[in-house]
Amino acid sequence: MRTLAHSFYMTLRHFRNLMRQPLYIAFTLVQPIIWLVLFGQLFKKVVLLPGFGASAYVDFLTPGVVIMTVLFGAGWSGMGIIRDLDLGVMDRFLVSPVSRVALIAGRLIQLALIAVIQSVLIVALGMILGARFPGGARGVGLLILCAVLLAVPIGALSSAMALVARKEETVIAASNFILLPLTFLSSVFMAQNLMPGWIQAVARFNPVEWAVVAGRSALSAHMNWPLVATRIGLLVALTIITAGLATRAFRIYQRSV
Amino acid sequence: MILVETLNSVRHQSSSSSQPELPAIEARNLVKTYRGDVRALDRLSFRVEAGAIFGLLGPNGAGKSTTVKILTTLSRPDSGEARVAGLDVLRDAERVRHAIGCIGQKSGVDSEATGRENLTLQGRVYGLRGTELKRRVAELLERFGLDQAADRVTRTYSGGMQRRLDVAMGLVHHPSVLFMDEPTTGLDPEARADMWKEIARLAREEGITILLTTHYLEEADRLAQRLAIVDRGRVVAEGSPEELKSELRGDTIHMELAQAEDASKAHSVLSRLEELRELVIDTRTLYARADRGATTVPIALATLESAGVKVASVTVARPSLDDVYLRYAGRSFREADQGGSR
Repeated sequence: MRTLAHSFYMTLRHFRNLMRQPLYIAFTLVQPIIWLVLFGQLFKKVVLLPGFGASAYVDFLTPGVVIMTVLFGAGWSGMGIIRDLDLGVMDRFLVSPVSRVALIAGRLIQLALIAVIQSVLIVALGMILGARFPGGARGVGLLILCAVLLAVPIGALSSAMALVARKEETVIAASNFILLPLTFLSSVFMAQNLMPGWIQAVARFNPVEWAVVAGRSALSAHMNWPLVATRIGLLVALTIITAGLATRAFRIYQRSV
Repeated sequence: MILVETLNSVRHQSSSSSQPELPAIEARNLVKTYRGDVRALDRLSFRVEAGAIFGLLGPNGAGKSTTVKILTTLSRPDSGEARVAGLDVLRDAERVRHAIGCIGQKSGVDSEATGRENLTLQGRVYGLRGTELKRRVAELLERFGLDQAADRVTRTYSGGMQRRLDVAMGLVHHPSVLFMDEPTTGLDPEARADMWKEIARLAREEGITILLTTHYLEEADRLAQRLAIVDRGRVVAEGSPEELKSELRGDTIHMELAQAEDASKAHSVLSRLEELRELVIDTRTLYARADRGATTVPIALATLESAGVKVASVTVARPSLDDVYLRYAGRSFREADQGGSR
């Protein structure tokens, strides 16, 4: 009960602070538009490759951009922890009776809500650009679920890393090091069966790939139920593990201060 | 034996008028070592009576902040025990957190939120709700002169305003023990004087026990009823500022030499003078104590002159906390403060 109430207050805090940064919000909205238009034009002809599978690249790209946008948003969430550490806000909370779980949960709930908003906007934008999703509302709903289930564990990992590393530079370097490779070692931009064999092999262990494959299948005319269910299952498992790690990270942090 | 007891009871009455009770803070043999074998605390012990303002005085890096982190449950000691408000900080951390207020060295104010929002969230974390919370927040905003700025984002606050908000946040839940880690560092003289008044008022009118750390001798001298001088992770002296100073008999003489190379020669000739005691040398400054400074200085100067040592300046003063520190830590406070961060 206390944890729930505290999580709610923390979520409120993060949302309120976010709303005070209209420029930041503007950039996060413009970014996916650029991805969709830019990559949509750049790779327009790849659908002509034999075996690509999709008839229009924008159909294929839209769920990819949803996942990528959510991934990057979540991947940088540790910076918020760094900011709280530098300001002394984190220490102030840690000497108060606030629930430790709530300190992480507040951020993750905010990430999840942002992921939902971003997904809806990008899907709408994709449709304006001519994308068609035979999977319908159910498909879009499942894609959003996948996006949320990617945002939460990535956000939890980023937070955990920030608590342990405690340095802005480390978090920036690690995020840069991880996020782009995670994107390109998946079928965000390129059909799975056209990727080199080794990338296909690596992608099987990539949560970004789980999310994008499941989301894309959910949007297609013939959803592959077992595929979607197993990938969602994997993402749920990852969410639980990483949320546990992030809460644990407080103990590591407190041992080092 | 009887004499000792009488003395103790006198001391009790002078430091707090209330009847003897459990100490509000008790630290026993705290040891804390950081990575890289940095020993921050080396069997540090002290106790604070309820309702008192207690100062932990020491140079940067002496272990004051580490002590506060342990007492406020942020950090854990490697060994040793500590009780705050009668509760064990390790076994009863959760209850300790309800009893204490903390104003850390770093601000702890969310710069993207308004003053009111900061206070409200703080209150909620401690379980305040509804009209009670609203009233408490409004009351604190007014008391700390922040009601005009209450709905401004704190990024726009001056340093003094932010510090006042910090203190207000530490008080939102009516703590019985308040920890203030370097509360006036970075404040301009006016804001510092205001903060001193506020700290004194809190102890006097609200009966809050206050532990403050400081590396300003003047601050400790002014505010603290009792203080512990911390050096290299240990308490080297404890008592009221007056007690500590009166332990140093006579006057303090500081002599600054024109040339640092003369230091050892000066030390050897002066140590033969009977009038001077506790001669300490710190690069080019000589510290000594004398029963009557005014008559001793000419003798000391004559001695130095005949030895060919030039003196740049001499001061004679009543003992200050700086001298107390010098006596117990074996180096001057300023030197330790500059070279202290390790």
